[in-house]
Amino acid sequence: MSQFVQLTVYGLANGAVLALAALGFVLIYKATSVINFAQGELLLVGAYLFYTAFVLLRLPFAVAVLVGVAAAAVLGVGIERVILRPLIGEDPIAVIMVTIGLAAVLKAVVTMFFGTTPREMPKVLPAGTATVAGATVPLDRLVAVAVAVVVLAAFTVFFRWSRHGVAMRAVADDQQAALVQGISVRRIFALAWAFAAVSALIAGLLLADIAELSQNLGTFGLVVFPVVILGGLDSVPGTIIGGAVIGLVSQYAEGMSAGASQVAPYVVLVLILLLRPYGLFGQPRIERV
Amino acid sequence: MTSGRATSMSDREPAVGADTLLTVDNVEVIYDEVILVLRGMSLIVPRGEVVALLGSNGAGKSTTLKAITGLLPTEHGAVTEGTVTFDGADITRAEPAERVRRGIALVMEGRRVFEHLTVHENLVAGAYTRGAAADFDRVYGFLPRLAGLRGRVAGYLSGGEQQMLAIGRALMSDPRLLLLDEPSLGLAPLLVDEMFDIVRRLNTDLGLTALLVEQNARRALAVAHRGYVMESGRIVLAGTAAELADNPDVKEFYLGLGEAGGRRSYRDVKHYKRRKRWL
Ligand SMILES: Nc1ncnc2c1ncn2[C@@H]1O[C@H](COP(=O)(O)OP(=O)(O)O)[C@@H](O)[C@H]1O
Ligand SMILES: [Mg+2]
Repeated sequence: MSQFVQLTVYGLANGAVLALAALGFVLIYKATSVINFAQGELLLVGAYLFYTAFVLLRLPFAVAVLVGVAAAAVLGVGIERVILRPLIGEDPIAVIMVTIGLAAVLKAVVTMFFGTTPREMPKVLPAGTATVAGATVPLDRLVAVAVAVVVLAAFTVFFRWSRHGVAMRAVADDQQAALVQGISVRRIFALAWAFAAVSALIAGLLLADIAELSQNLGTFGLVVFPVVILGGLDSVPGTIIGGAVIGLVSQYAEGMSAGASQVAPYVVLVLILLLRPYGLFGQPRIERV
Repeated sequence: MTSGRATSMSDREPAVGADTLLTVDNVEVIYDEVILVLRGMSLIVPRGEVVALLGSNGAGKSTTLKAITGLLPTEHGAVTEGTVTFDGADITRAEPAERVRRGIALVMEGRRVFEHLTVHENLVAGAYTRGAAADFDRVYGFLPRLAGLRGRVAGYLSGGEQQMLAIGRALMSDPRLLLLDEPSLGLAPLLVDEMFDIVRRLNTDLGLTALLVEQNARRALAVAHRGYVMESGRIVLAGTAAELADNPDVKEFYLGLGEAGGRRSYRDVKHYKRRKRWL
């Protein structure tokens, strides 16, 4: 029983971080129809941006987070402006290739500045343990889940109730009709990339804290794909559920047989897609006469 | 100012002046750098009037509206000659958003509501340029049926409801000029009546100026003050609504009435069209 509780907490923590990482992917896909293969690398870059502000520049924690978030937003906007905008209207496959190239570039830049050996980073999440339902679980995982829940809730509120959030969904639905409302589609694209980079930074920060700060953060980004496909590519709630499902199933599988967590996400993915081709929450095209 | 090729039937044809809200002057539009669609296209929309823009499929009516709203670049099109002037300002190359802020709104052909957004969220999107000044009550008051549908997802509404939403969404930017692209297209007869009544009330109750693109010439001329007839990318006829409704060519082509006043078969009209082209 106590092992089950532990696995659940570990699974939820991974799932929360995955959902955050996947959120950026979904925002970009939904608003701009770009499939961003560099999402994992945004995580990587985000974590190192925070490391630079917090450890190398010795800024106080809160300031370092703000600086990191600002830098990530600027990076996101810059990527959209310089790399993606000239490709608007080009073949989607060409755009995918460019994002794969972008992934390689981002990774190379991190290697150039920080090398390949993991960096020491002082723990920012609480280090102790807590007792949940009779099981001892690390506090940092619980806090990671809480942080992810707060961030995801904030995004959900933004999309439902803010004028800019609604505008972003309008652009996702029909770009030309959005233009006619006076919505600047370009600004919405930039906003989507900024959000993606910021949510990736938060995910990267959490992950670096509960695991380690190294190149592996980018690899973690690969698991984003089962999560978003499971969630339906364009659904924020779907992403949250997708993250939780993949996180939990991986941990339970690992509990039964070491190493199983590597394949579990993909097994779940195949099973669910067999039943629901749009993913759990994907938007089917509305057809009516 | 006009190219002078159009046949004006009225000495009361308005001249550009202080009372002109919109002027399209000698506009040429080319798609994909080679497809010439509008050529010497000119029209005037006087402040406070409803102007009908008639013409058969492919005449260039929607293209004219895209030139006015700045949508051409999204379809690899461009205004290559001429000017569009709104309320004294040259907006020929302005961004779509700037035109909305100046007071132009478009109800697009085919409704184009945001399908995955609720009715209210569609209105929120329509009010994007208004910020805190958005007046939802005015639109719900003008189109009370929308108020009852507030929380419904737009994609699942009926065609008539979607058309009403498209109009309500356009009104949210508090425009001075409303462009409507075939609002009655594909609606059941009863809804067509309602739609033309809404267009009339836009003008009489809200004081809006409107440019109404329609294929339903008879109904359009019944609500309009004046009208233009377009063919192959330019204006071929202009006049007051009454004059156009009385014009033998308009009767022939767009009202489906022969000289004797009886209905002609489509085949006759087609034959006549081949015989007597305006161009
Ligand atoms: N995006 C486009 N690219 C190329 N040709 C177009 C485009 N849009 C319209 N056209 C052409 O321009 C002409 C006028 O079209 P349109 O303005 O939609 O006419 P209408 O609204 O009067 O039916 C048609 O021949 C149409 O094929
Ligand atoms: Mg049209």
